[in-house]
Amino acid sequence: MGVTAAAAPVGAARTRKPRRPVDLLVLLALPAVGYLGFFFALPLVALLAKSVWTSAGPSIESYARFFGDPFSWQVVGNTLKIATLVTLVTLVLGYPTAFAMARARGIFQILLLVAMILPLSIGVVVKAFSWQIVLRRDGVVNQLLVWSGLTDEPVRFLFTETGLVLGAANIFLPFMVLPIYSVAKMIDPRLTEAAATLGAGPMYRFFRVILPLSMPGVVAGIAFVFSMAISMYVIPTLLIGDRYQTLATITGRSFLFLRNEQLGATTAVILLVIAVAVVLGSARLARGLRRTA
Amino acid sequence: MITERLFNVLTATVAALVVVFLLTPIVVTILVSFTSSTVFTLPPAEWSTRWYARMTTRPELWPSLMLSVEIALISTAISLVLGTLCAIAVVRGRFPGREAIQTFVVSPLMMPGLVIGVAMLQLFREVGLRDAYASLLVAHVVITMPYVMRTVTASLSLFDFSLIDAARTLGCSYPKALLKVMAPVLAPGFLTGALFAFLASMDNYPISIFFTDAWTKTLPIQMLQFLEEQPDPSIAAMSSCLILLTVAVLFVGDRLVGLRRLADF
Repeated sequence: MGVTAAAAPVGAARTRKPRRPVDLLVLLALPAVGYLGFFFALPLVALLAKSVWTSAGPSIESYARFFGDPFSWQVVGNTLKIATLVTLVTLVLGYPTAFAMARARGIFQILLLVAMILPLSIGVVVKAFSWQIVLRRDGVVNQLLVWSGLTDEPVRFLFTETGLVLGAANIFLPFMVLPIYSVAKMIDPRLTEAAATLGAGPMYRFFRVILPLSMPGVVAGIAFVFSMAISMYVIPTLLIGDRYQTLATITGRSFLFLRNEQLGATTAVILLVIAVAVVLGSARLARGLRRTA
Repeated sequence: MITERLFNVLTATVAALVVVFLLTPIVVTILVSFTSSTVFTLPPAEWSTRWYARMTTRPELWPSLMLSVEIALISTAISLVLGTLCAIAVVRGRFPGREAIQTFVVSPLMMPGLVIGVAMLQLFREVGLRDAYASLLVAHVVITMPYVMRTVTASLSLFDFSLIDAARTLGCSYPKALLKVMAPVLAPGFLTGALFAFLASMDNYPISIFFTDAWTKTLPIQMLQFLEEQPDPSIAAMSSCLILLTVAVLFVGDRLVGLRRLADF
């Protein structure tokens, strides 16, 4: 959302002369910017500052201690692995779906829109809870597997990485589909026809026409899903349990249960750095794509 | 073109599977809520509404529902005012840094909720804000503002402001021109932004969790606590009621704005 919003045309009035003096309109932005500056940006900066500034002066001791522990590397690894897998699954499922949605008409289109928007509007606790039911030993997935003869015995999904990736991919899938859909519906179908008339094969048409045109949506979708997947807390709590740790679950638990605020602040800053890198990286990519488009 | 047809069939198949995949949790929750047994077997051996009756006897449920609705309504209202003013400045103003302001105001959306929560908790301690209700409200304005900002900026930048000049030439006063010409065009953007802001506030867990106390718990936090303490199908009953409520809200949203606009990201 942030990425596409940044790309939204803000300069509609650029060519016209302003009705009022400039300074008055800036004033309208001040309440919102001031509010977020004080309650959102300032706390984040303070969190960063405090993590490298102890009473004895600047120090990176908390990070040194964190990264000196092999367990921490496993936590960072878990976080990145799960987020990458979730992003991949949503991309593979979401890309064709977005194009089907852009092409669909009538009842099929309405069904697809409802399937995207309805889960989006339902709470994450509700959805994660229902995945707990779906993935049980006697749940729907296992019933299907046994019934179809793919497995003889129920497979353990709940409290495994597979279950977590499946549930998280389900919950984040609309955030991959919708940005790609908003780009896909703008692609003129005559472009591929023109390419075909000029002798381009299907592979060439896809990789040289469709894919480049849909890249802004893909970048936005990946940025959304990845940044949500590294920071999910409720979904792992319900689907994989306390024994599996990611940066987000450590951050939450060390503040809420363990009262180890230094550890929590350290993991929070690492999470923040990854998230900012994703935002800046995707914004940069989006800008590059707009320039070449 | 045979490959083209194959491609179309393939995408349609994936899309159909995705629809099933996405609707599975919703259907499962509703089915489980009507079971008569205490376990979550599917399909239920016997149907009953006992878990709906059980749900109403959980005393913690109603206060947390009321609290969530209250916080969501007030924070969305505040965000609508602040966000719209900021959107007007960004779209209509001619000063440097407008794009930066736009990015900044929607940026809470891309930051990990837990990190925002931790950071705010430390700030609130520093300034001595200990009241759970006030903390929740302050935090939820940060959660809801990006949604308002995003949609209102988008619809404002599509609005042709010369229409207002035209209305004034035709004898409308300036406030009347705003009300009669601009307001109807911007209303769908307002509604969409407000709807998603409201839902985001109702659903928020990772920020709210730092600002709850024994008496002040928002709905998602209360529900997760139910799930951890005594999971039974009455939670599925609550979830089904919430799903029904969401369907109703979306139905109204569809009538007012149209589903296609709601899907515009």
